Amino acid sequence: MEKSGEQRDHIGAKYGMWFFLFTEILFFGGMFILYSVYRAKYAHDFHLAAAEENLLLGSINTAVLLTSSLAIALSISAVKNGNYRLSVKLQTATVLMGLAFLVIKYFEWTDKISKGIYPDSPVLLKISAGQILFFGLYYVMTGLHGLHVLIGIVVISFMIYFTRAGDITSENFSKLENTGLYWHFVDIVWIYLFPLFYLIT
Amino acid sequence: MVQGEAEKSGHIVPYGTYVYVWVALLLLLALTIVVAKVELSKYGVFVNLLIASIKAGLVLFFFMHLKYERWLLKAMLFMVIATLTAVIALFFADVMFR
Repeated sequence: MEKSGEQRDHIGAKYGMWFFLFTEILFFGGMFILYSVYRAKYAHDFHLAAAEENLLLGSINTAVLLTSSLAIALSISAVKNGNYRLSVKLQTATVLMGLAFLVIKYFEWTDKISKGIYPDSPVLLKISAGQILFFGLYYVMTGLHGLHVLIGIVVISFMIYFTRAGDITSENFSKLENTGLYWHFVDIVWIYLFPLFYLIT
Repeated sequence: MVQGEAEKSGHIVPYGTYVYVWVALLLLLALTIVVAKVELSKYGVFVNLLIASIKAGLVLFFFMHLKYERWLLKAMLFMVIATLTAVIALFFADVMFR
Protein backbone atom coordinates (compact mmCIF):
# COMPACT_ATOMS: atom_id res chain seq x y z
CA MET A 1 0.00 0.00 0.00
CA GLU A 2 1.23 3.46 -0.90
CA LYS A 3 1.29 5.61 2.21
CA SER A 4 1.18 8.98 0.45
CA GLY A 5 -2.31 9.81 1.70
CA GLU A 6 -1.51 8.94 5.31
CA GLN A 7 -2.32 11.58 7.91
CA ARG A 8 -0.41 11.74 11.15
CA ASP A 9 -1.13 13.75 14.25
CA HIS A 10 2.17 13.74 16.07
CA ILE A 11 1.11 16.34 18.65
CA GLY A 12 -2.19 14.60 19.33
CA ALA A 13 -0.43 11.27 19.87
CA LYS A 14 1.98 12.88 22.30
CA TYR A 15 -0.77 14.67 24.26
CA GLY A 16 -2.71 11.41 24.46
CA MET A 17 0.31 9.75 26.03
CA TRP A 18 0.67 12.62 28.51
CA PHE A 19 -3.01 12.26 29.50
CA PHE A 20 -2.38 8.61 30.24
CA LEU A 21 0.65 9.57 32.32
CA PHE A 22 -1.51 12.06 34.27
CA THR A 23 -3.71 9.16 35.35
CA GLU A 24 -0.56 7.21 36.27
CA ILE A 25 0.65 10.12 38.43
CA LEU A 26 -2.63 10.04 40.37
CA PHE A 27 -2.53 6.22 40.54
CA PHE A 28 0.91 6.17 42.16
CA GLY A 29 0.04 9.38 44.03
CA GLY A 30 -2.64 7.53 45.97
CA MET A 31 -0.07 5.06 47.27
CA PHE A 32 2.33 7.88 48.15
CA ILE A 33 -0.45 9.48 50.22
CA LEU A 34 -0.97 6.19 52.05
CA TYR A 35 2.77 5.93 52.66
CA SER A 36 3.10 9.49 54.01
CA VAL A 37 0.12 9.22 56.35
CA TYR A 38 1.36 5.95 57.88
CA ARG A 39 4.91 7.28 57.94
CA ALA A 40 3.70 10.27 59.97
CA LYS A 41 1.78 7.98 62.31
CA TYR A 42 4.47 5.30 62.77
CA ALA A 43 7.70 7.27 62.18
CA HIS A 44 9.76 5.14 64.57
CA ASP A 45 8.55 1.80 63.18
CA PHE A 46 9.26 2.93 59.63
CA HIS A 47 12.84 3.82 60.61
CA LEU A 48 13.32 0.42 62.23
CA ALA A 49 11.86 -1.52 59.30
CA ALA A 50 13.85 0.45 56.70
CA ALA A 51 17.05 -0.96 58.24
CA GLU A 52 16.12 -4.21 56.43
CA GLU A 53 16.55 -2.47 53.06
CA ASN A 54 19.77 -3.05 51.16
CA LEU A 55 21.08 0.46 50.42
CA LEU A 56 23.78 -0.77 48.03
CA LEU A 57 21.36 -2.73 45.83
CA GLY A 58 18.84 0.12 45.95
CA SER A 59 21.49 2.65 44.88
CA ILE A 60 22.74 0.43 42.06
CA ASN A 61 19.17 -0.01 40.84
CA THR A 62 18.63 3.75 40.87
CA ALA A 63 21.78 4.28 38.80
CA VAL A 64 20.74 1.49 36.40
CA LEU A 65 17.31 3.03 35.86
CA LEU A 66 18.67 6.57 35.41
CA THR A 67 21.16 5.26 32.83
CA SER A 68 18.43 3.33 30.99
CA SER A 69 16.45 6.58 30.83
CA LEU A 70 19.48 8.24 29.21
CA ALA A 71 19.70 5.40 26.67
CA ILE A 72 16.05 5.65 25.56
CA ALA A 73 16.27 9.47 25.37
CA LEU A 74 19.38 9.17 23.16
CA SER A 75 17.66 6.53 21.01
CA ILE A 76 14.91 9.05 20.15
CA SER A 77 17.44 11.69 19.12
CA ALA A 78 19.21 8.99 17.07
CA VAL A 79 15.97 8.11 15.22
CA LYS A 80 15.28 11.79 14.52
CA ASN A 81 18.83 12.07 13.15
CA GLY A 82 18.14 9.08 10.89
CA ASN A 83 20.72 6.91 12.69
CA TYR A 84 18.53 3.81 13.06
CA ARG A 85 21.32 1.34 13.87
CA LEU A 86 22.47 3.45 16.82
CA SER A 87 18.85 3.81 17.94
CA VAL A 88 18.33 0.03 17.93
CA LYS A 89 21.52 -0.42 19.98
CA LEU A 90 20.38 2.18 22.52
CA GLN A 91 16.90 0.66 22.78
CA THR A 92 18.47 -2.77 23.31
CA ALA A 93 20.66 -1.29 26.05
CA THR A 94 17.51 0.14 27.68
CA VAL A 95 15.84 -3.28 27.65
CA LEU A 96 18.96 -4.95 29.12
CA MET A 97 19.17 -2.35 31.91
CA GLY A 98 15.46 -2.80 32.62
CA LEU A 99 16.06 -6.54 32.94
CA ALA A 100 19.07 -5.91 35.21
CA PHE A 101 16.82 -3.76 37.42
CA LEU A 102 14.30 -6.60 37.73
CA VAL A 103 17.00 -9.20 38.45
CA ILE A 104 18.37 -7.04 41.30
CA LYS A 105 14.80 -6.53 42.55
CA TYR A 106 14.34 -10.31 42.48
CA PHE A 107 17.38 -10.78 44.73
CA GLU A 108 16.11 -8.12 47.15
CA TRP A 109 12.68 -9.73 47.37
CA THR A 110 13.94 -13.31 47.75
CA ASP A 111 16.37 -12.13 50.47
CA LYS A 112 13.45 -10.61 52.40
CA ILE A 113 11.23 -13.63 51.88
CA SER A 114 14.00 -15.97 53.09
CA LYS A 115 14.16 -13.86 56.26
CA GLY A 116 10.46 -14.53 56.72
CA ILE A 117 9.31 -11.07 55.66
CA TYR A 118 6.24 -11.58 53.49
CA PRO A 119 2.54 -10.87 54.02
CA ASP A 120 1.04 -12.78 56.96
CA SER A 121 4.35 -14.51 57.79
CA PRO A 122 4.96 -15.68 61.38
CA VAL A 123 7.91 -13.23 61.63
CA LEU A 124 5.82 -10.25 60.53
CA LEU A 125 2.89 -11.03 62.79
CA LYS A 126 5.19 -10.72 65.83
CA ILE A 127 6.49 -7.22 65.06
CA SER A 128 4.77 -3.87 65.48
CA ALA A 129 1.92 -2.66 63.26
CA GLY A 130 4.01 0.16 61.78
CA GLN A 131 6.70 -2.23 60.58
CA ILE A 132 4.10 -4.53 59.03
CA LEU A 133 2.66 -1.52 57.19
CA PHE A 134 6.13 -0.51 55.97
CA PHE A 135 6.77 -3.92 54.43
CA GLY A 136 3.25 -4.10 53.03
CA LEU A 137 3.72 -0.73 51.32
CA TYR A 138 7.19 -1.81 50.19
CA TYR A 139 5.85 -4.91 48.43
CA VAL A 140 2.85 -3.14 46.89
CA MET A 141 4.72 -0.04 45.69
CA THR A 142 7.91 -1.68 44.42
CA GLY A 143 5.78 -4.54 43.04
CA LEU A 144 3.56 -2.22 41.00
CA HIS A 145 6.61 -0.25 39.94
CA GLY A 146 8.31 -3.49 38.90
CA LEU A 147 5.22 -4.41 36.87
CA HIS A 148 5.54 -1.06 35.07
CA VAL A 149 9.21 -1.80 34.36
CA LEU A 150 8.21 -5.19 32.94
CA ILE A 151 5.54 -3.63 30.71
CA GLY A 152 8.10 -1.03 29.59
CA ILE A 153 10.57 -3.76 28.64
CA VAL A 154 7.92 -5.53 26.52
CA VAL A 155 6.86 -2.29 24.80
CA ILE A 156 10.46 -1.22 24.08
CA SER A 157 11.12 -4.70 22.64
CA PHE A 158 8.31 -4.03 20.15
CA MET A 159 9.88 -0.65 19.36
CA ILE A 160 13.18 -2.40 18.55
CA TYR A 161 11.25 -4.59 16.11
CA PHE A 162 9.46 -1.56 14.58
CA THR A 163 12.71 0.39 14.20
CA ARG A 164 14.41 -2.55 12.52
CA ALA A 165 11.39 -3.07 10.26
CA GLY A 166 11.55 0.57 9.14
CA ASP A 167 8.22 1.37 10.76
CA ILE A 168 9.80 3.99 13.03
CA THR A 169 11.64 6.65 11.04
CA SER A 170 12.91 10.22 11.35
CA GLU A 171 9.51 11.28 9.93
CA ASN A 172 7.37 8.92 12.01
CA PHE A 173 8.65 8.44 15.55
CA SER A 174 5.54 8.95 17.72
CA LYS A 175 5.50 5.32 18.89
CA LEU A 176 9.08 5.47 20.12
CA GLU A 177 8.71 8.94 21.61
CA ASN A 178 5.62 7.91 23.60
CA THR A 179 7.37 4.74 24.78
CA GLY A 180 10.22 6.96 25.97
CA LEU A 181 7.77 9.16 27.91
CA TYR A 182 6.40 6.06 29.64
CA TRP A 183 9.88 4.78 30.51
CA HIS A 184 10.92 8.16 31.94
CA PHE A 185 7.75 8.27 34.02
CA VAL A 186 8.59 4.85 35.50
CA ASP A 187 12.04 6.26 36.26
CA ILE A 188 10.51 9.25 38.09
CA VAL A 189 8.38 6.94 40.26
CA TRP A 190 11.55 5.11 41.29
CA ILE A 191 13.31 8.44 42.00
CA TYR A 192 10.71 8.97 44.76
CA LEU A 193 10.51 5.34 45.92
CA PHE A 194 14.27 5.19 46.52
CA PRO A 195 14.55 7.85 49.31
CA LEU A 196 11.23 6.79 50.86
CA PHE A 197 12.19 3.15 51.34
CA TYR A 198 15.99 3.04 51.38
CA LEU A 199 17.11 6.33 52.91
CA ILE A 200 15.09 6.68 56.10
CA THR A 201 17.06 4.57 58.58
CA MET B 1 19.52 26.27 22.89
CA VAL B 2 17.71 28.64 20.53
CA GLN B 3 14.33 29.55 21.97
CA GLY B 4 12.72 29.96 18.56
CA GLU B 5 13.20 26.37 17.46
CA ALA B 6 11.81 25.16 20.77
CA GLU B 7 8.23 25.20 19.55
CA LYS B 8 8.91 22.82 16.68
CA SER B 9 7.61 19.37 17.42
CA GLY B 10 10.42 17.71 15.51
CA HIS B 11 13.06 19.47 17.61
CA ILE B 12 16.09 17.24 18.13
CA VAL B 13 17.82 17.44 21.49
CA PRO B 14 21.60 17.06 21.04
CA TYR B 15 23.14 13.91 22.53
CA GLY B 16 25.39 16.06 24.73
CA THR B 17 22.45 17.69 26.53
CA TYR B 18 21.15 14.29 27.57
CA VAL B 19 24.58 13.16 28.77
CA TYR B 20 24.97 16.33 30.91
CA VAL B 21 21.53 15.74 32.46
CA TRP B 22 22.48 12.10 33.18
CA VAL B 23 25.72 13.20 34.91
CA ALA B 24 23.72 15.68 37.00
CA LEU B 25 21.25 12.91 37.94
CA LEU B 26 24.05 10.60 39.10
CA LEU B 27 25.66 13.40 41.13
CA LEU B 28 22.30 14.10 42.80
CA LEU B 29 21.96 10.37 43.53
CA ALA B 30 25.36 10.42 45.27
CA LEU B 31 24.35 13.59 47.15
CA THR B 32 21.07 12.11 48.37
CA ILE B 33 22.89 9.03 49.76
CA VAL B 34 25.43 11.27 51.53
CA VAL B 35 22.64 13.39 53.02
CA ALA B 36 20.93 10.24 54.33
CA LYS B 37 24.19 8.92 55.82
CA VAL B 38 25.19 12.20 57.48
CA GLU B 39 21.79 12.37 59.17
CA LEU B 40 20.67 15.96 59.30
CA SER B 41 18.14 14.83 61.91
CA LYS B 42 14.66 16.04 60.98
CA TYR B 43 15.71 17.88 57.85
CA GLY B 44 17.27 14.86 56.11
CA VAL B 45 13.87 13.67 54.88
CA PHE B 46 12.94 17.05 53.45
CA VAL B 47 16.35 17.52 51.83
CA ASN B 48 16.10 14.07 50.24
CA LEU B 49 12.57 14.73 48.96
CA LEU B 50 13.81 18.06 47.59
CA ILE B 51 16.69 16.29 45.81
CA ALA B 52 14.23 13.69 44.45
CA SER B 53 12.07 16.51 43.10
CA ILE B 54 15.06 18.16 41.42
CA LYS B 55 15.91 14.80 39.81
CA ALA B 56 12.28 14.34 38.71
CA GLY B 57 12.35 17.88 37.31
CA LEU B 58 15.48 17.16 35.27
CA VAL B 59 13.90 13.98 33.86
CA LEU B 60 10.65 15.84 33.09
CA PHE B 61 12.16 18.92 31.49
CA PHE B 62 14.94 17.30 29.47
CA PHE B 63 14.39 13.55 29.02
CA MET B 64 10.62 13.99 28.67
CA HIS B 65 11.10 17.06 26.51
CA LEU B 66 8.82 19.26 28.63
CA LYS B 67 11.22 22.23 28.29
CA TYR B 68 10.49 22.30 24.58
CA GLU B 69 6.71 21.81 24.81
CA ARG B 70 3.98 24.40 24.56
CA TRP B 71 2.72 26.17 27.71
CA LEU B 72 -0.59 24.27 27.46
CA LEU B 73 1.04 20.92 28.27
CA LYS B 74 3.07 22.48 31.10
CA ALA B 75 -0.10 24.03 32.53
CA MET B 76 -1.96 20.72 32.39
CA LEU B 77 0.87 18.88 34.16
CA PHE B 78 0.99 21.65 36.76
CA MET B 79 -2.74 21.20 37.41
CA VAL B 80 -2.30 17.46 37.92
CA ILE B 81 0.54 17.97 40.40
CA ALA B 82 -1.39 20.78 42.15
CA THR B 83 -4.42 18.46 42.46
CA LEU B 84 -2.28 15.71 43.98
CA THR B 85 -0.67 18.20 46.38
CA ALA B 86 -4.08 19.52 47.44
CA VAL B 87 -5.36 15.98 48.06
CA ILE B 88 -2.27 15.16 50.14
CA ALA B 89 -2.76 18.36 52.18
CA LEU B 90 -6.47 17.64 52.75
CA PHE B 91 -5.68 14.05 53.67
CA PHE B 92 -3.15 15.17 56.27
CA ALA B 93 -5.52 17.81 57.66
CA ASP B 94 -8.13 15.09 58.06
CA VAL B 95 -5.78 12.62 59.74
CA MET B 96 -4.11 15.15 62.06
CA PHE B 97 -7.22 16.94 63.34
CA ARG B 98 -9.44 13.92 63.67
